[in-house]
Amino acid sequence: MNEGIVISDITKSYGKTKALDGVSFTVDEGELFGLIGPDGAGKSTLFKILATLLLPDSGNAAMTGLDVVKDYRKLRTEIGYMPEKFSLYQDLTVKENLEFFASLFGVNIKTNFDLIAPIYKQLEQFPNRLAGNLSGGMKQKLALSCALIHRPKVLLLDEPTTGVDAVSRSEFWDMLSDLRKHGITILVSTSYMDEAKLCERIAMINNGHILAVNTPDKLAESIGEILYNASADDIFRLLTELREIQGVKECYTFGATLHIVAEKDFSPESTIEILRKKGLKDVKIYPAHATIEDLFIKLMQNDTQ
Amino acid sequence: MTRNEIVISVKDLTKKFGNFTAVDHISFDVRKGEIFGFLGANGAGKTTAMRMLCGLSYPTSGDGKVDGYDIITQSEDVKKHIGYMSQKFSLYENLTVAENIRLFCTIYGMSNKEIKEQSSRLYSYLDMEGMEKTLVKDIPVGWKQKLAFSVATMHNPAVVFLDEPTGGVDPITRRKFWELIYEVSSKGMTVFVTTHYLDEAEYCNRISIMVDGKVAALNSPEGLKQEFHAETMDEVFRKVASQAKRTE
Amino acid sequence: MLKPWMKFSAKWHRKPRELNRMAIIQSLIKKETLHVLRDTRTVVITLVMPLALLLLFGFAISTEVNKVKVVAVTENFTDEVRNILQEFQINEYFDFMGLVGSYEVEEMLRAGKTDAAVYLKTDKGNLTSQIIVDASNTTTAQTATVYIQNILNRQQVSSNVLIRTLYNPQLKSSYNFVPGILGMIFILICAIMTSVSIVGEKENGTMSLLLVSPIKPRTIIFGKLVPYFLLSCIILGVMLAISYTVLGIPFSSSVLNVIWVSLLYVVLSLSIGLLVSTIVNTQLTALIVSAVAFMLPVIMLSGMIFPIDNMPAILQWISCIIPARWYIDAMRRLLIQQLELWMIWEDIVILAGMTIFIMAIAVKNFNKRK
Repeated sequence: MNEGIVISDITKSYGKTKALDGVSFTVDEGELFGLIGPDGAGKSTLFKILATLLLPDSGNAAMTGLDVVKDYRKLRTEIGYMPEKFSLYQDLTVKENLEFFASLFGVNIKTNFDLIAPIYKQLEQFPNRLAGNLSGGMKQKLALSCALIHRPKVLLLDEPTTGVDAVSRSEFWDMLSDLRKHGITILVSTSYMDEAKLCERIAMINNGHILAVNTPDKLAESIGEILYNASADDIFRLLTELREIQGVKECYTFGATLHIVAEKDFSPESTIEILRKKGLKDVKIYPAHATIEDLFIKLMQNDTQ
Repeated sequence: MTRNEIVISVKDLTKKFGNFTAVDHISFDVRKGEIFGFLGANGAGKTTAMRMLCGLSYPTSGDGKVDGYDIITQSEDVKKHIGYMSQKFSLYENLTVAENIRLFCTIYGMSNKEIKEQSSRLYSYLDMEGMEKTLVKDIPVGWKQKLAFSVATMHNPAVVFLDEPTGGVDPITRRKFWELIYEVSSKGMTVFVTTHYLDEAEYCNRISIMVDGKVAALNSPEGLKQEFHAETMDEVFRKVASQAKRTE
Repeated sequence: MLKPWMKFSAKWHRKPRELNRMAIIQSLIKKETLHVLRDTRTVVITLVMPLALLLLFGFAISTEVNKVKVVAVTENFTDEVRNILQEFQINEYFDFMGLVGSYEVEEMLRAGKTDAAVYLKTDKGNLTSQIIVDASNTTTAQTATVYIQNILNRQQVSSNVLIRTLYNPQLKSSYNFVPGILGMIFILICAIMTSVSIVGEKENGTMSLLLVSPIKPRTIIFGKLVPYFLLSCIILGVMLAISYTVLGIPFSSSVLNVIWVSLLYVVLSLSIGLLVSTIVNTQLTALIVSAVAFMLPVIMLSGMIFPIDNMPAILQWISCIIPARWYIDAMRRLLIQQLELWMIWEDIVILAGMTIFIMAIAVKNFNKRK
């Protein structure tokens, strides 16, 4: 029996819309697993089913060997859940929130403090501030502390980094990798593609179904496309020009450069020449490493076609 | 009208809430047609500064001009010459596409004839013919975003303020959205945008990073990377934002 | 491989039932109390509003009729007639406008110079009388008629009609409104505040966290309801204190009956609040549903303002399903008539039945997983 998370063929509809359509994957015990996809892909619905708040229409799921439908009472003591918005009592203080959640599970803060200490450290300076007056990053840390206070075996984090600035986000990911030392299985969802590389394995989800599951590196390798970076003085003109050029399957913005998905017959040198003639300056085209985002774009396009 | 014309000009802009200085003597200029990225950690004062530029809140001290109008004394004129879009509150979900367009046209004081022209122009521009009577909540997120952006820029404002316009949106839609931004910018509209996606910051012509109410860094993405000896914008941002002292 | 922390967690995971229920309930109640107390506006509204309503209805808005302008028309001044006229002059409820000719009466009524006219006629030693009253305001007209009849009856020995107004001899309306206000306040405090606070937790997401924790849904419900129950008890105490002192309702041992029945009604209102919270999803709808579905019927159909007996049959039927109707009826009898508890068994049975029914549906809805 898998002690982590086993999800098999889960389907859930709201009226006519299928929020989840035959979702299956497994998370090993103690793994940091990412569920990556845009808003509306079905991430939150899946989390609610796992948190025993929603019943699936069909299919089943189990965590630590307990079924989310049949054994939900017992399961609830084993999981820590952090819903989409940081759900805290805005009108209770930092300390009161933590005490309250500890008391729900009948635990003493002191006994489990070692687990949350690194996270709670920054909040300790203002134990009497109302949770509603904390910044986004601080709220996120308090919510994580509250979800961990009963030492769950499985941690379900639904978009913990949404609306939080980059610094707090990277701090948060550091905390998650620290938690792996304690053997906690962590399932985390995000809409930020760049966070994928911080997970051991990821599942990509779109429109209610899973596009691919693997380690971030293997996924990026699996793209099977020839990729180039392209840059010039006028990026927008470069983009429109490149799309007209023979051998360019796709061209899209990618950070400071453009990514070109090329056919086999694409020649960077002759393309640079063509673009120069059209008046673009500083044109550079060089091979690029595929990323999760490139793969997601490709799979999403195949998916919708 | 040259590209060097200054559209937003801010000097020593300050906003205090009691003892707390949310925005602390910020100064910068934004040129016509520029895509200006306005970055900062949560609570660094981005939203407060943006509200002042939109004429929604009065500064405690300092000056600001948007499209030549003073943000303190001519805030009503400022509002007429800017567009605003945030991810969440831009369209009325329970109204149809046509009703939304009509509503916003009316708000900007267009005549019936203008509304008709604008609507049909928008439908063909957005490939939305036949979708006029669909409720906004029923159209896919990509269309919604395009529509919201077009509505926000329909009255041809000098500046469009975008407050985290791409949060939670899939990578394809995000890219299409940025292409829209490039398009209006190439036509001379100034784009003032906040985002949490640092790869998007690379798309901007210039970026300012706010820390503790002050502008801690201001340069082009390339310039910033050199200045802070960093490979990516993500690294730049972390280096700059870690100077923060205030915990809020 | 069992890591040290796992050993620990296994220890208390094995017996989740041994979670200290009392401690959990205590912390749920503490949380809710802090929530109410920190929301100063709510505290002020919940405490000030009942007082304001009670005093407003008790004193300012009065359906009592004072200073009824009255004229008399008579031909023979017998002793009887003289006594009656004198009575009109002395009585504080009347403003006696004097004697007029019968031809003037209609004109005066029309011009609003008088509210009523009394014709006094002595025929063969017998006094006969006729009352003409301006009924453009029915309440005034009815009350004025009763007053005038009272005076006439006192003098007309020959008359066999003798009216006595029981329980509320001065027909003071401040009495009358106390049951109505109690009926309204508890719906307001219990139903609206409970539903808004539960739905607020749904919106905020904290409800999911409570549900995901090992505590039972019924414990969550209990922890939610207790603080509002206690708040209602305080309000009940204050309202009764004012009713017995400032408004002068005669105090008797029946106060205990009043309290029992009120507590039953409080629990009923709490279940209504709970039921609403299981149906709606936003605080705003909770407020609107509670207000429209419960407050308005309480005001319009419970007999608080408009007597039920005067309503068309269909409205009378509808009024039967409004809890406040039965509570207000019970309160009228207990507070004003000071009847024994067994004499209002019907009201109590209906209220208790409604409580069980609504509570059962609400708890069932609350437990349901979708």
